[in-house]
Amino acid sequence: MSAHMILAQAATQVSTGEAVSFWILGPLALGGGLGMIFARNAVHSALFLVLTMLSLGVLYMVQQAPFLGFVQIIVYTGAIMMLFLFVLMLVGRDSSDSVVEVLRGQRLAAAILGVGLGGLVVGAVARSIREVVPVGLQSAFANGGKGNVYNIGRLLFTDYLFPFELTSALLITAAVLGYVDRHVRGRRTQRELVVARFRGEHDRPSPLPGPGVFATANSVATPALLPDGSVAPESLPEIIEATAAEQFADEVQAVAGTAPTPDAHALVGTEVREEPS
Amino acid sequence: MTPSYYLVLSALLFTVGAVGVLVRRNAIVVFMCIELMLNAVNLSLVTFSRINGTLDGQVMAFFVMTVAAAEVVVGLAIIMSIFRTRRSSSVDDSNLLKY
Repeated sequence: MSAHMILAQAATQVSTGEAVSFWILGPLALGGGLGMIFARNAVHSALFLVLTMLSLGVLYMVQQAPFLGFVQIIVYTGAIMMLFLFVLMLVGRDSSDSVVEVLRGQRLAAAILGVGLGGLVVGAVARSIREVVPVGLQSAFANGGKGNVYNIGRLLFTDYLFPFELTSALLITAAVLGYVDRHVRGRRTQRELVVARFRGEHDRPSPLPGPGVFATANSVATPALLPDGSVAPESLPEIIEATAAEQFADEVQAVAGTAPTPDAHALVGTEVREEPS
Repeated sequence: MTPSYYLVLSALLFTVGAVGVLVRRNAIVVFMCIELMLNAVNLSLVTFSRINGTLDGQVMAFFVMTVAAAEVVVGLAIIMSIFRTRRSSSVDDSNLLKY
């Protein structure tokens, strides 16, 4: 058996360690994808997608693409998914899906079409690659020789130089657009904002009242009390669960003036109180 | 097992992402499903690179990652500006362009 055949056989057969990692990480990745679809909460969806991307990153490393695996973990789970979570927190974490079906039977049709698409793609892939003998990345132009990172860099700066420059143009366009969209377009001066506020473009012209500050509590979850002793509902943030109003019954009574005053005869007893009458 | 199992996993992940785009209403979740589809394609590119014995597939996966990053920046900016004018991130609500 020549050395070439041994190499080819080694490339065809997958080592036991790789098989074990595939059968652990593959179902994890698939489960993460399914969990992303079926999770009600958008934050849970994002975390399931993080699970999928981490599993895929490790699978890249197993598949002789170590640099791509690390870039996957750093760029996707580190940067892109954190951006997603950041926007989710800005939009509001309780922004779940509406249950109103605009198109009738759309979800059922989508599920059927999805199963059909999955069957078609998986069937086509499984049939077409049965006879393929993988070469493996042992050659000097792949992972051999000076290694994976060196060869990727060489490819990027020789064969793929023009697409590489195009991505720089794409990235700088995206960065400029992200900045312009946030900061330049639609920026109003303070005077215009005041006019708009009193024209009713905002909910109310004045800022919301601050939370209540008592001797016993100064958290933002504490409701402020109006002059008549009732709770000002606008002083409570919607997201944070407010402290129960009953807990501040003493303060409410004190502000309203209905609290029991100190009793001068309390120490003497009830019989003394009856004496003058 | 052969490396082609990775291609089956990639096809399954792509299908899951496509179904998610069709089913979910939240624009951010729809966006995440698109990211899942791009990831599935990346997995198949890496596997093709291994089957062919060259690094071209891995370089293409890098380009896909770059495009995905740029797309996320632009798309999330659009979602944020829609949310600021409409107070909703549901794709059903944004059926008119101006109001």
